[in-house]
Amino acid sequence: MKHVYGWLLLTPAAILLVGFTHYPAAATLFDSLFSTGTVVRPSRFVGIGNYAALADDPIFWQVLGNNFWFALGTIPTSMTIAMLMAIWVNDRLPARALARMAYFTPTVLPMIAVANLWLFFYTPQIGLLDQINAALFNAPSHNWLGDPRTVLACTMVMVIWKEAGFFMIFYLAALQSLPPELEEAARMDGASRWYFFRRVTFPLLMPTTLFVLVNATINSFKLVDHLFILTKGGPDNASSLLLYYIYQVAFSFFDTAYASTLTVVLLLLLAGLALVQFQLIERRVHYR
Amino acid sequence: MRTLLALLLTGLLAAATPARAQTEITFYYPIAVGGPLTKVIDGYARAFEKEHPGVKINPIYAGNYDDARIRALAALKAGQPAQISVLYSIDLYELIEQDVIVPWDDVATTAEEKAWLKAFYPALMMNGTYKGKVYGIPFQRSTIVLYWNKDAFKEAGLDPEKAPADWTEMAQMATKLVKKDARGNVERWGVMVPSTGYPYWMFQAFARQNGHDLMNPEGNRTNYAHPDVIAALQYWRDLGAKDRVMPEGTVEWGTLRQQFTEGKTAMMWHTTGNLTAVKNSAKFPFGVAMLPASKQRGSPTGGGNFYLFKKTTPAERKAALDFVKWMTTPERAADWSIATGYVAVRPEAYETPKLKQYAADFPQAVVARDQFKFATAELATFQTGRVRKLLDDAIQAALTGQRTPAEALKAAQTEADRLLKPYR
Repeated sequence: MKHVYGWLLLTPAAILLVGFTHYPAAATLFDSLFSTGTVVRPSRFVGIGNYAALADDPIFWQVLGNNFWFALGTIPTSMTIAMLMAIWVNDRLPARALARMAYFTPTVLPMIAVANLWLFFYTPQIGLLDQINAALFNAPSHNWLGDPRTVLACTMVMVIWKEAGFFMIFYLAALQSLPPELEEAARMDGASRWYFFRRVTFPLLMPTTLFVLVNATINSFKLVDHLFILTKGGPDNASSLLLYYIYQVAFSFFDTAYASTLTVVLLLLLAGLALVQFQLIERRVHYR
Repeated sequence: MRTLLALLLTGLLAAATPARAQTEITFYYPIAVGGPLTKVIDGYARAFEKEHPGVKINPIYAGNYDDARIRALAALKAGQPAQISVLYSIDLYELIEQDVIVPWDDVATTAEEKAWLKAFYPALMMNGTYKGKVYGIPFQRSTIVLYWNKDAFKEAGLDPEKAPADWTEMAQMATKLVKKDARGNVERWGVMVPSTGYPYWMFQAFARQNGHDLMNPEGNRTNYAHPDVIAALQYWRDLGAKDRVMPEGTVEWGTLRQQFTEGKTAMMWHTTGNLTAVKNSAKFPFGVAMLPASKQRGSPTGGGNFYLFKKTTPAERKAALDFVKWMTTPERAADWSIATGYVAVRPEAYETPKLKQYAADFPQAVVARDQFKFATAELATFQTGRVRKLLDDAIQAALTGQRTPAEALKAAQTEADRLLKPYR
């Protein structure tokens, strides 16, 4: 009888999870083994044919590389900034609420709105960035988003600006839960602020750091909204990311089978990353 | 499994739909809900219903062209009613391949209805016709024109009333129009042609002007690597790299209008769809002209057509035909053109008193119409998304100097051949 209750309680969540997570994932894997069907040419089993096509697709490798640099460029920076901001606004400083709010504001704004703002920051000549450059450094105008060498970095800066405030909230919450006695005791013993941070605060923040790291990694593959506004992945795929490419393949090329194949790769990649993070890093994390 | 789900969904929806006493036309229209144009479309639907009792028009507003297509197709798959839709003119081949649309010729049976099929500008029918049959009735259509800043022309010692007529002249005038500050930084560029968002569309104009279309009417062959097409891309590249009258790299579609109205470029190529916005924000007198010629003038058309879905009863097809005919009468086409800035789709619309008056006050509004003589279909093929992106990437690679125009276009052509071979 107990079992029945248990299962009944689980059912709603299980239905949702199976219906919207597990079934789609399995169906995606299944679809990736077939060709895209049309009325003229029905879908047929192609085995790993789609995966072979993927290995030969230069754009896939390019967007994967872009995604790697994007992750590498955004995650450590936004996490460091988030931690610094959190430590700063955790202190007693005038207008603390205002400072916290200011840091958090970018997170609240929708990505589409943010991208529209930054589009004008980056616009050559009339854009904010060029105006500042011209006023301070006499620098000539630069075509920020139109140059394949700068476009990816430009999107990274914007994403860091947007993400750091979000991660700051987690660090702030963690800092506030640290017992104040620790700091008092450290001060009594004559520990410097840097020493205290290095040996006490930072290790105690590790669970939060792990959580933020996992989130930041997932986000670096998940966040593509800005590309719709800023670059559409251009010039020549220089700023395109894996998920945006999947969108293009699915909804612009209507190649659902190949989109499924790319999705399977993305899923495996994320699952692999999460495993590595939990397995390796968890050993070095102190939970209380 | 999928059929089972579909059956289930159909059953649920059928149970939810009230019995129909009259013919209902569900009409998917690509615009965001709550936009100002929804009022216009709603007004048309209500006015049509008043004149045609027994027919009910249900417009469904479905975001942009991509969203509308996805939603309309999903509705059809789920067995929900969808009789007509305004969709991207270049979705034609995709819709044919999915086997969801029927040609209007099948329903236009009377002599009057047959004449109506021929009432539109021929340039606008190219994207709607396949194997001699009309699948797309033009509704909201645009084309590319050249905007120029008359004050900048005056300042550079050029005739402010005269736009460049050909490529050489455009490059020469643009060189004079470039303004640099004391430090040698460019304050105003000569000309800008956007190369993000829809690079293939702009490039079609260059290619057409140099004598070539980029695809065949059957939609199964592209012409990316012809020497004249390569020369066209070289000209575009040279405007930035050699003549230095346009910024090097790509030019952003979304911010170009502001750059023009801020006086940062003396000329721009842009869609007629921007006309009203430029008119409202430019603080200087500006002109609108046909695009310059190389061997000939030329510009692609763009925009949305009416499609008729296959899953329709004869009564629905008849009502749909009546509605689309009603939506494209000369008076309504004129009204729609003034309300939106889209081109009126048939010549008689420009003879209506309303549009004549509007054109007299604002002559820029008829330039697009005059350019129709030289217009060509927008790039559409089978596998259109991929084939188009190949060209987009090639153009951007050439404009950013990563590859030469010849290399980039030849590679794109090889890949397009591979994709299109099964359709020949």
